[in-house]
Amino acid sequence: MAILQIKNLHVTVETEQGTKEILKGVDLTIHSGESHAIMGPNGSGKSTLAYTIAGHPKYTVTEGEILLDGEDVLDMSVDERARAGLFLAMQYPVEIPGVSVSNFLRTAKTAISGEAPALRTWIKDVRGAMDALKMDNTFTERNVNEGFSGGEKKRHEILQLELLKPKFAVLDETDSGLDVDALKIVSEGVNRAKEANDFGLLLITHYTRILKYIKPDFVHVFVAGKIAEQGGPELADRLEAEGYDRYVKA
Amino acid sequence: MTTSNATIPVQHGMAEHSHGAGVPVQTRSERLRSANVADFAPISRREEQYRYVTSEQLAGLDADSLDEYMGDISIKHPEGVTTAWVGSDHPSFGGAGLPEDRPSAAAWGSAEQAYLVTIPGDATAECEVQIGINSDSDSPSALHMIIEAKPFARGTVILDHKGAAVLGENVEIIVGDEADITVISIQDWDTASVHNSAQFAKLGRNSKLRHLVVSLGGKTVRVSTSAEFTQPGGDVELLGMYFADAGQFLENRLYVDHAVPNCKSRVTYKGALQGEKAHTVWVGDVLIRMAAEGTDTYELNRNLLLTEGARADSVPNLEIETGKIEGAGHASASGRFDDEQLFYLQARGINEREARRLVVRGFLNEIIQKIGNEEIESRLSASIEAELERSGS
Ligand SMILES: Nc1ncnc2c1ncn2[C@@H]1O[C@H](COP(=O)(O)OP(=O)(O)OP(=O)(O)O)[C@@H](O)[C@H]1O
Ligand SMILES: [Mg+2]
Repeated sequence: MAILQIKNLHVTVETEQGTKEILKGVDLTIHSGESHAIMGPNGSGKSTLAYTIAGHPKYTVTEGEILLDGEDVLDMSVDERARAGLFLAMQYPVEIPGVSVSNFLRTAKTAISGEAPALRTWIKDVRGAMDALKMDNTFTERNVNEGFSGGEKKRHEILQLELLKPKFAVLDETDSGLDVDALKIVSEGVNRAKEANDFGLLLITHYTRILKYIKPDFVHVFVAGKIAEQGGPELADRLEAEGYDRYVKA
Repeated sequence: MTTSNATIPVQHGMAEHSHGAGVPVQTRSERLRSANVADFAPISRREEQYRYVTSEQLAGLDADSLDEYMGDISIKHPEGVTTAWVGSDHPSFGGAGLPEDRPSAAAWGSAEQAYLVTIPGDATAECEVQIGINSDSDSPSALHMIIEAKPFARGTVILDHKGAAVLGENVEIIVGDEADITVISIQDWDTASVHNSAQFAKLGRNSKLRHLVVSLGGKTVRVSTSAEFTQPGGDVELLGMYFADAGQFLENRLYVDHAVPNCKSRVTYKGALQGEKAHTVWVGDVLIRMAAEGTDTYELNRNLLLTEGARADSVPNLEIETGKIEGAGHASASGRFDDEQLFYLQARGINEREARRLVVRGFLNEIIQKIGNEEIESRLSASIEAELERSGS
């Protein structure tokens, strides 16, 4: 049983107009096995939260803490966080020219488990996960995210989630840009990975349709850099019907 | 990040075509060509050829005369390939070109004999010739090589430069009609070495040349590669890869002369730079003459700056005298290391050092993968590893 705690998190970025505070006191606790959905208007700071958890150098934490099983996450480098069990599926996955998917996956797996995976089972695992995500096997020969369609990039993120088996996964708008079939395939991938590894899930989304496949235990409304309200799955339906007006005005 | 991109979609039958960026003031075809060093003025920044290099950096290779190269030349070749030292009266001497700058002319006049390697017309793709130039002298010396691929020949020639040297070199590559060959020139010198190499290729009808320049070690390494089509149907692929460390100067000058119709050229050069005063230069001249209808050309140069204090100059020049071509384009970009790539890899548990290596290797891989020779590929990969190791990055 693992626990990820975010306490009173304040985060700034450097902009041309000077330092700008984006997160203004975020409190959130996630246990293994739980699914949390975060919904909120554009620019409210959802990706900032995701990136800060992963340790992107652009964001500066000015106050508060992030603890993974009591360990200070903010003290860890980006790769240490990943090795400690944090995973971020990015909203905009980056292209890495000249680095093949198969090389990338093997290198990442080796880094995270501390030893190279046994070749035969690894190839089988990769194949199996790709088949389940309806990704053609030829993707392993292609360069990471290079020339991938938006939907293919998202599948590739979930492929990594399945193979790297983190303790906590943050999915930043993994559902955006997916067609109906892909949404189902990707959601099933997340559920499968969750079933297998019982990770805690933080799902950032704009749409309730993904929540039909991935049932959240908790829904958080994210507005102006903090959580404005939280509730159960019914809160998502209300947001879809009413929008964020009541929070933005308040 | 500086980027320039241009692709020119060409309509058939277009009477005239102009190209906006980088057209040289003086047309490339008018540059002086001569075997006589006295015809060339001393090196000065005012001349395009020497815009980036100084006489001092050339360490004597621009003098009126040089010693003849006396160092070791090792050769490995399959049966059928012949080698010989030949004098300037030999018909192949000067068969692929003439010097276009002072250091090349100095070497030309100073090498009484040329080392001629002939690949016979019945040689197959497996034919591999390895020539090792293993120098251990630091006095300016001259070497002249001629690689002659007879009509229909297939094969690969590897020129491997190693050791301590101040070497002025001319390499002529004569590609006979219908021949298809690969020439690889590796500059993996000791750190203090200075090397000026002019490589001239002349292509016959329907012939194909793949030419790869790999510059890794050496203080000053300046390679000027030119390719001239003499008959239609020629195809040239000029590839290059370089890795400059602190204080290194690596220059590559390219010139593709499309003088006849229906030839194709591709120029792809990639470089990585790291450390104080690591300096690379890439100049890519492509001339499409009036007669060269149906030309298809594209040139690309990319540089990856791994640290502050490094400098990459990249200058594409496309000169087009006819609009009746298939296509002509160029792209040139020099950029800093992309931190987003680093973040993505690290977010998957890969430590920073390993992540940097993956990105640099990936960047240069595009060239390595085009070589199509596993032994060379793994050797170059190992050399890049060593470069990365040296830097501790
Ligand atoms: N480097 C930066 N410079 C300036 N502003 C920034 C920078 N990074 C983030 N911001 C700003 O911080 C705010 C929060 O951005 P963030 O990407 O976290 O929003 P989001 O909630 O994920 O939005 P979306 O729903 O559109 O993905 C935005 O107003 C954004 O413009
Ligand atoms: Mg976002």
